[in-house]
Amino acid sequence: MSVDGPSEKPVHGPDHPQSVGHVQPRKAVFFESGPPLKLEAGGCLAPVEIEFETYGHLNPERDNAIFICHALTGDAHAAGWDSNPLGPLRSYRKNKPGWWDEVIGPGKPIDTRHFFVICANVIGSCYGSTGPLSINPETGQPYGLSFPVVTVGDWARLHMMLLDHLGIDSLYAVVGGSVGGQQALEIALGWPERVRRLIILSAGYRITAQGLGFNSVARHAIVNDPNFNGGHYYSGQPPLMGLAAARMLAHITYLSEESMGHKFGRRLQDKSQPDFTLTGVEFEVESYLKHQGESFVQRYDPNSYLYITRAMDYYDASLRTDGDLTRAAALLQAKTMVVSFSSDWLFPPELCRELVSAMCRAGRAVTYVDIPSRYGHDAFLVETETVSRLIDSFLRH
Amino acid sequence: MSKNGPPTLKEPFSGAPKTCPEQAIDSASQGVVNPLSTFAAENFDASMVAKLMELMASYEAAPNLMGRWQDQVILDEIPKNSSVLDLGCGDGELLAQLIRVLDVRGQGVELDPLAVMNSIDRGVPVLNIDLDHGLGDFADQSFDYVILESTLQTLKAPMTLMKEMLRVGRRGIVSFPNFGHWRVRFDLAMRGRMPRTKGLPYGWHDTPNIHLFTLADFLDWTDSHDVKVTSALGLTDGRVHSLTREDNLTVEEALLFLESAN
Repeated sequence: MSVDGPSEKPVHGPDHPQSVGHVQPRKAVFFESGPPLKLEAGGCLAPVEIEFETYGHLNPERDNAIFICHALTGDAHAAGWDSNPLGPLRSYRKNKPGWWDEVIGPGKPIDTRHFFVICANVIGSCYGSTGPLSINPETGQPYGLSFPVVTVGDWARLHMMLLDHLGIDSLYAVVGGSVGGQQALEIALGWPERVRRLIILSAGYRITAQGLGFNSVARHAIVNDPNFNGGHYYSGQPPLMGLAAARMLAHITYLSEESMGHKFGRRLQDKSQPDFTLTGVEFEVESYLKHQGESFVQRYDPNSYLYITRAMDYYDASLRTDGDLTRAAALLQAKTMVVSFSSDWLFPPELCRELVSAMCRAGRAVTYVDIPSRYGHDAFLVETETVSRLIDSFLRH
Repeated sequence: MSKNGPPTLKEPFSGAPKTCPEQAIDSASQGVVNPLSTFAAENFDASMVAKLMELMASYEAAPNLMGRWQDQVILDEIPKNSSVLDLGCGDGELLAQLIRVLDVRGQGVELDPLAVMNSIDRGVPVLNIDLDHGLGDFADQSFDYVILESTLQTLKAPMTLMKEMLRVGRRGIVSFPNFGHWRVRFDLAMRGRMPRTKGLPYGWHDTPNIHLFTLADFLDWTDSHDVKVTSALGLTDGRVHSLTREDNLTVEEALLFLESAN
């Protein structure tokens, strides 16, 4: 299980009637000519590619679209099978469906028989949308750290341009978990007239000081890896040890004390007595985290990790209204559901509730559910049964 | 204690002890007469017993509308397009009707996860939060009506919530089972047991009702806190009627519309 990978549950193969089957990533290119995209943090970018996938069909009224926002290290491949993935870092797709395949598909809560589902990769990432791994047309080299700083606001704006490109004025719903929930919120705040329903899972209107701390340690591990070389590592050895350490730390924040205790306890890894080694693996939890780190570096670009965590750091939905969250919440027109999980310590229930409270103070009706779960932040991908029931029910009205 | 077990509801005196247990204990240990012995069945004359039996029979025969009659009253009372906060909204049935029939801006609050899910199934906006944590999320006078149906007696701090209710709402609607009802008094006084009635069906150990009170208790509070009762209805023997202070012995459930006097 992982916050942006599928959990260890039975999967629907591409031929299963509830699978969207084989899928093809698509691309849209913006700012090919004319002035470049001006980013919120001040930088410029052109051209801007957005990779996206769609499932189901847009109805003649063009009002059945649901936009899905992926989490930190996620991608546009939310459902179905990309069995012959093209491009770097994608071999992980060969043996598993998209990251939210349990929720998106025919007869699933986000039912592709009724809804036209869109998921797009955020810029700064390494899965097809323009990011530090992309070639800078001015130099013919990957951007690396010359890629401009991007924000959640930039993601939202580009994804609304994608909707324009697809001819969709109004979304039936926008749905996201974790930093994807923050992007969903940003879309609903920035384009209230275009969003009819908003579902936010395990996300707050900003992260806490503790969250900022975790992200800073993750970046510290990457930029201080001897192979980092100022982000210019694409022709040599990438800073994989740093990225693995970042992932291991992040993974702890996705679990909870209880779930780690339940899953591993203090059990030793394949032995009954400790070896009293300082550098080897002794405990099961060590082995598990090491494995998480090692498999993650096969599929993620260290530079992207810097950009995406920074976007998460900077996001604060109250800043659009001078720090007054109630005034921000008053902008929302979407029917809104916020879901938190009791043991989440990255986006704890009290934090998720702040947006809910602000909506109440702003006189907006809102649905808020706090689900008892021991799975920590990961719960929004693990507690599929409960999450599915909630989404299914909420989307019916 | 009688070997026949506790008396049944229908035949209150058939298995009743000749003296109440308190007296038995006290007499044995101290040799004094317990004043509670006046409640022993042998001290009632035949006409009183007959009257009680009659009351009991009509109580048992009346349809059980407990907790189900208030919704219609509220639907009749609330004007179209009002804003309504329903505290302890349960499955969201009332709010769903208010939203559908009266175009109300509705918000529910419910602690029980299953009930929350049922509210969402009905399309009712619901907050899964604990009323004992207060209504800090809501601005002063931000709803036309705040409803508290059959919930007040389950709260840890009922009076705090009552005040909050009248801060957040221009009007409050409260309903509760009346602990002053004769049937409740009977269970306690005659049977020496915690009451089990239509409105209070739980055992002492598994009841969610932790702050029971009578109509008179509640009116003491409204009197002393400048709260105006603008209208009041009661349920007695399956019949809904307008309520007066004198109904404390007979009304099973009360529904009051409240406003802050100041």
